[in-house]
Amino acid sequence: MKFKSLAIFLIISSFFLTCILSIWKIMATLQGLSFTNLKITPVFLIGILLSLAFVLIGNKINHLIKIFSLSIIFSISYFYLNEASPYWYIFGVFLITLFFTNKLKKYNMQSLQEDFISEKIIFDFITLFGIVFFAFVILFPFYIMLVTSFKTQIALLVNPLDFSLDFTKSLTELFKSYFVIFETYNFGRYILISSAVSIGTVIVTLLFAIPAAYAVARLNFFGKNFLSTSILIIYMFPAIVLVIPLYTVFSQLGLRNSIFGLLIVYTATTLPVAIYMLQGYFKSIPKEIEDAGIMDGQNWFGIILKIIIPLSLPAIASVALYVFMIAWNEFLFSLMFLDSPKSFTLSRAIQYLSGDAETPRQYLMAGSVIVTLPVLFIFIYFEKYLVSGLTAGSVKE
Amino acid sequence: MSDSLSKLEKRTAYTLVLPAVLLVFAIVLFPIFANVWISFKDIELKDIRIPEPRAKKIVKSISENQSELKIIYKLRNSSLIQEIRNVQFQDKFPTNVSPVNLDPRCNFQSKKVVCSFGNWQAKYRENFEIIIQNNNGEIIDKKIIKSQKPILSGKADNPLLTTNFTLENFKKVFYENNFVELLLTTFYFTFFGTVGAIIFGILAAQLVNQNIQGRTYMRGILLFPYVGPVVALAYTWTLLLDPNSGTLNALLVNFNIIEQPINLLGQKYITMSILGFEFKLRLALTTVIFFEIWRYFPLAFLFILARLQAIPQSLYEAAEVDGASPIQKFIHITLPQITAIISILFMIRFIWNFNKFEDIFLLTGGASGTRTLPINVYQQGFAVSDIGMGSAVSIVIVMLLLSFMVIYFRLIGKRANEV
Repeated sequence: MKFKSLAIFLIISSFFLTCILSIWKIMATLQGLSFTNLKITPVFLIGILLSLAFVLIGNKINHLIKIFSLSIIFSISYFYLNEASPYWYIFGVFLITLFFTNKLKKYNMQSLQEDFISEKIIFDFITLFGIVFFAFVILFPFYIMLVTSFKTQIALLVNPLDFSLDFTKSLTELFKSYFVIFETYNFGRYILISSAVSIGTVIVTLLFAIPAAYAVARLNFFGKNFLSTSILIIYMFPAIVLVIPLYTVFSQLGLRNSIFGLLIVYTATTLPVAIYMLQGYFKSIPKEIEDAGIMDGQNWFGIILKIIIPLSLPAIASVALYVFMIAWNEFLFSLMFLDSPKSFTLSRAIQYLSGDAETPRQYLMAGSVIVTLPVLFIFIYFEKYLVSGLTAGSVKE
Repeated sequence: MSDSLSKLEKRTAYTLVLPAVLLVFAIVLFPIFANVWISFKDIELKDIRIPEPRAKKIVKSISENQSELKIIYKLRNSSLIQEIRNVQFQDKFPTNVSPVNLDPRCNFQSKKVVCSFGNWQAKYRENFEIIIQNNNGEIIDKKIIKSQKPILSGKADNPLLTTNFTLENFKKVFYENNFVELLLTTFYFTFFGTVGAIIFGILAAQLVNQNIQGRTYMRGILLFPYVGPVVALAYTWTLLLDPNSGTLNALLVNFNIIEQPINLLGQKYITMSILGFEFKLRLALTTVIFFEIWRYFPLAFLFILARLQAIPQSLYEAAEVDGASPIQKFIHITLPQITAIISILFMIRFIWNFNKFEDIFLLTGGASGTRTLPINVYQQGFAVSDIGMGSAVSIVIVMLLLSFMVIYFRLIGKRANEV
């Protein structure tokens, strides 16, 4: 029993260490180090030795001294097992080992005899591994997007794995792609159009959604139940089936290639979600507050303006941000309705750029960074509002 | 008293709701019905404009002293399929200029030539000539004549509103469109995309729900793919996966994991052998599914995490006392608590994946076996320019969606209300 859990512990922990070190090696390779072998087997074996030493030493010496000395020994043996590598890389290995041995703290020969210890070990390390794995898988494409925008086509062709940034270059050299897409490809204009369409959509959507949500939340009228269920069903319906009729009608009305046309479509498609999210919040406002307003002789306009809106500012903010992100990220309708570069949104402009096979990839990535940064900033800054809005009002692409 | 109050309430409610309802009706509901109409018509992209008479004016000198000019009007019907009725033509001329031998269809009155051309068939073309001369034998300024544009008018039906219908589009959808493969690809993509996103969502939620440091940061980072713009993310992936100089292939080749770069987005099948069994995997489709999972598991994660955080800790403590293992805790406490939200997520994601257009369009354009129904709508409607056919595919999508919804509400609808 004890042997089995010890074996599981050694294998799982060493496997975890090997994974982190491999990720570290991959990241170092992308900084221009010429590693050609992940050396998984030797790393795995010295990882097992490290974990074994860790449990064997147990609590005989101070934890800090133990992890420091073990990490140093591990790093030195790693250095000799590996291809020639610079000191910063080995220092990284040392820090990772330090982090790893610190995580092993609760394991020793006694704790390996507890009930269900094998399952607990597996769960523990899957958690650790999962976090590293998810963070890596999520962030890696964003990282590539960002660093590619700072490279040049030639440098990437010479060594597609070298993403190191040369800080000895001047800032204008480093940010060259950004200057080019603004000067040659007119991205300033597209940023303005995208902002105008998105902010416009937010304003118009709120103007339509707040009164409607108030009516659905508070007033009794024929067809109310039908309305609130159809809201949900409507927003399950896909944009792709609206495209052909809207395209034909907009062509005849001359609304294609117009920002106004785009604004109408965005507003109509975000309205159901906005109403749904807002009415949920309006329902949670105590009715007595409104009754006081009615006593004061306010009509519905006054009640919405002076009572409901001030009380539900957080919800309105989250709907506004949410609608902004939908409109900013929207691609399908801008692809269908905009043919002329004069009225492109950012997403459409990037897609147009990519249509030309000659466009260097760093320009494409610089454009991608520009369209991504605002939403990520908004999201990070207002995460709390957005997450509560997302979960409260169900969801829309 | 209360009666008039409730009437007032109703009136107020309708005033408040009406603008939103009308807008949604015009932009969302109307097109769904319009699709039915268009799908029964034989109509192409170039036919959607209302036919109009057009004229191109060419001015030529025919005499030495330029006191006489020949004007050629290249007349045509802009439509290739529809006639224009009762075409009227009008052009103005300067003083002292009058036409010679005017066409019998025309009149000259107060400096204007007015003609009635009658009906023009589809594709109608005519070179119509007027010879003009200056009454005093002076030079006519060509530029003045040229700058005056003729005015044409005529009656034509809106090609969308004509009442000639055909079943041809639906026949083509089912018999000439590789329909079975199209449907299978769509379901393959939808099903695995949905299940994958939910499984990764459960895993991520389970992870973040542990008491780890930096839990809120982790939650934020996990949502990045969901909130990022699809265009930027899809092109980043295309670049990562590119067989010639993409980072992923370069890394795999560099570390000798593969010998030759793999065209993950451009190769329809790859032969895999597991335990001696060889089978063909839909490579490009699988890659697209992975992108889909990467982009949408955050949503499943968010909902499941919210549910996990609502599970009372006392349940786990009780289980601990009873000596339950971590796996037992997960199976007997966590899973039953999240099945309801998972079934809702499955439904929502299934429907949205079924309708997914942008992701596939940007990654592969529907090539290499990634043609799904929504991609087909675009291909038929805009690449092949067959609007009627595109609409017919849209109708198929709507019908399938409606049946999913009916099935869903029959099966799980009641339970969904409890959540």
